[in-house]
Amino acid sequence: MTELLKLNNLSRRFGGLQALENVSLSIGEGEVVGLIGPNGAGKTTLVNVITGVHTATGGQVLYQGKDITRYKPYETARIGLARTFQIVQPFPDLTVLDNVTAAAIFSRSGFSIRQAQEFAQEQLEFVGLFPQANLPAASLTLAMRKRLELAKTLAMRPKLLFLDEVNAGLNSAEVEQAMSLIKKIAATGTTIVLIEHLIKVVVTVCSRIVVLHNGQLISEGDPRQVVNDPKVVEAYLGKRYSQAAKDHLKNAEVSLD
Amino acid sequence: MSRNSLWIIVGLVGLLSLLPLVGGAYALRIGTFASMYAILAVSWNVIGGMAGYPSFATAAFFGFGAYAGGIMLAGGASLAFATVAAGLMTFIAAFLFGVVLLRLKGHYFAIGSLAVAEVLRELTNAATELTGGGMGLNIPMSLSLKSVEGEAQFIFYVMWSLLIVTLMVVIGIEKSKLGFGLRCICQNESAADMIGVNSTLYKSLAFGFSGIFVAMAGVIYAGWVHYIEPPDVYDILYSVKPIVMALLGGLGSTLGAVMGAFLFLGIEEFVWRNLLNLHTGVLGLLIVVLLLFLPKGLVSFGSSWLGKRLIRQNGGSRD
Amino acid sequence: MLALQVLTNGLVLGCLYACIAAGFSLVWGVLNVINIMHGGFIVAGSYLAWLAYSSMGIDPWFTLLIAAPLFFGIGYLIQRGILNRVIAAPVLVTLTLTFGMDLILNNGMLLAFSADYRKLILSPPLGSFLLAGIVVPVDRLLAMVLALGLTFALYLILRHSRIGRAIIAVRMDRDASLLMGVDIKIIYAVAFGLGAAMAGCAGVLLALIFPISPLSAGAYLGKAFVVCVLGGLGSVPGAILGGLFLGVTESIGAVVFGPEHSVTLSFSLLIVFLILRPQGILGKKGYE
Repeated sequence: MTELLKLNNLSRRFGGLQALENVSLSIGEGEVVGLIGPNGAGKTTLVNVITGVHTATGGQVLYQGKDITRYKPYETARIGLARTFQIVQPFPDLTVLDNVTAAAIFSRSGFSIRQAQEFAQEQLEFVGLFPQANLPAASLTLAMRKRLELAKTLAMRPKLLFLDEVNAGLNSAEVEQAMSLIKKIAATGTTIVLIEHLIKVVVTVCSRIVVLHNGQLISEGDPRQVVNDPKVVEAYLGKRYSQAAKDHLKNAEVSLD
Repeated sequence: MSRNSLWIIVGLVGLLSLLPLVGGAYALRIGTFASMYAILAVSWNVIGGMAGYPSFATAAFFGFGAYAGGIMLAGGASLAFATVAAGLMTFIAAFLFGVVLLRLKGHYFAIGSLAVAEVLRELTNAATELTGGGMGLNIPMSLSLKSVEGEAQFIFYVMWSLLIVTLMVVIGIEKSKLGFGLRCICQNESAADMIGVNSTLYKSLAFGFSGIFVAMAGVIYAGWVHYIEPPDVYDILYSVKPIVMALLGGLGSTLGAVMGAFLFLGIEEFVWRNLLNLHTGVLGLLIVVLLLFLPKGLVSFGSSWLGKRLIRQNGGSRD
Repeated sequence: MLALQVLTNGLVLGCLYACIAAGFSLVWGVLNVINIMHGGFIVAGSYLAWLAYSSMGIDPWFTLLIAAPLFFGIGYLIQRGILNRVIAAPVLVTLTLTFGMDLILNNGMLLAFSADYRKLILSPPLGSFLLAGIVVPVDRLLAMVLALGLTFALYLILRHSRIGRAIIAVRMDRDASLLMGVDIKIIYAVAFGLGAAMAGCAGVLLALIFPISPLSAGAYLGKAFVVCVLGGLGSVPGAILGGLFLGVTESIGAVVFGPEHSVTLSFSLLIVFLILRPQGILGKKGYE
């Protein structure tokens, strides 16, 4: 599997706060990687630094072998990185169609407005928003806005897609819908990094999980292993529960003998 | 821009062109100001309405154009040369300055753009050898026309032609990728960045375009009045009036800017002739009434295109 | 001792600037409104002082006692009646609105007093004295002390009165304040009233030193802008620091470049700060 993204000791400092500390990570093409960690761990900051919203204060971001550490957001958008926002960011007074057309036209060169519109319509069909194409984005429900955000990223024909808490604020039916969409996207070969709180989602959709805590990468690997890793349990729930998790693992080993 | 809007603009501009046939010197004067005001308002709308950055730099562009062009005219240059040269200089300067200035938002950008006008005025005042400083600049312009009436007609048609050019360029921007990008920037700049819009470039271009035709209008103005001084052409009202015109007609709309400019001129003329002592007060009153009771401007009477909400960063509207 | 004289002049000027800017900064920081009328209020205060002295013989320091409540009331009413309607509107609207209201105010003063410069001349004049080789005009010294006093009074009101603390709370976090049961409308009106009161009183003090005309309104406003950006928005210490910084810089600039360039200097400083450090010397960036 070819390597798509490589982070070398990536760090980001905000004044006195070390938001990211020496994060090293490798993501291969076609992977669906889950990025989890307690609140404030630095997950969104990591995406922001990779996509250029903030500049790294240390370390490197390599994309397809190229150093993109100093790239600005519009530059990363044009080489195939796309991301959704935790709090959705549409263009409120533009129509749904125009929102997606905008994403199509600015992320690549060579599209006329007409061609971009056609491509945008295809993305709207893919996410199931075609009937709402001519409504202003501000009139959509939250679940629809999340799908609109998804359609916009797809219109950018991304190679690497960061999905930041796509399920926040959705009920369980809407979460199911969102998950099947994500699986559809993964099936097309797009590499996805999924920031998620719902462990059930992460375990079923992701081939690998990475755990961030206080800006550091504390664990990575197979979903079920990582979830039971005492370090991860401690980060989320504290020492007492991690001790219980360690004991649980030890007992499991004993019973296997 | 809708078909209807385009036709209304063509109609208004066409009507304007008939003024010389209708009346004498007064009609020509009104017509020239109508064209000039429309140029200012339409230009401001590019940065203020489309991009959503509240610029108070219009006076800076106008004054700079008037002086740069005026100095060239006084030195013997042709009107065409002075106009184009001053326009290009302003475009480049505005673009470069914009790269830095447009990192600011909201109030800070407004003040920054205002400060530029103030500094320019003071520098012009100080550069006495070049500009005549506080004593003003005389601009003799020799045209082959002998009569005053002839000159007035000439100036009218020049200003009117500049309006046509301005409208063509600005409407072209509206329909282009640049216009689309500006509307995105206006509504959500970080989302625009994330989908690949080079905001810095687009905003700076918008700032440049908001200045080039204003500067050109300044050159024509200088050639028209034959005498300019800093407090006259750098008057802060040249920054405020286009904003009022654009708000009057409907923010974000080129048609609105044109209608607002014409309406504003009408009100201004009425007040000048009947209430001279109160004319700034009445202008103030107009502004207050407008902003409190008619925030969406005249254009809102026309189309009912899905309630535009003023309580957001001047959402780009398409009329 | 030229250097000391320049410094003294700068400090005197600086205190006046701080007083001019403190109220303006409060309104900008708390309501997110740039009040273009601030300059007009200052001139109106000057006219009040002049009228009180020339027609009734009331000394300016007593006029302060009239100016403060009078301008507070006017400011309160203007905010409740007019500005409150557009308080959530974008910068463009509020800025143009206060500009429009200032045009009305300015026109009114022009009609009432004409553009001729008037001077408040105290009789007998207060003269000046020599201190360590520096000439100190007594009227300026008095104005400076009172200006500082006024500014400090504002600081005390904000820090130690109930409503003052509520204003600071709103400035820090409007939504949280709402949740705490603060009546925003009243807070905004009080803050605006305080701003107007500071402007009016500053005007009374300025009448001791500068000639009075509606034409000066813009210049005073310009100083207020610069001080706010230099010192940091919405805080009285910021206004004081910014004011002193501007005063001293202008005083030195007057000697080095000549006094006719003081406007260029102050606005250039403004642009530099906007680009490099918009939050001012003290930081804590105000609203945009």
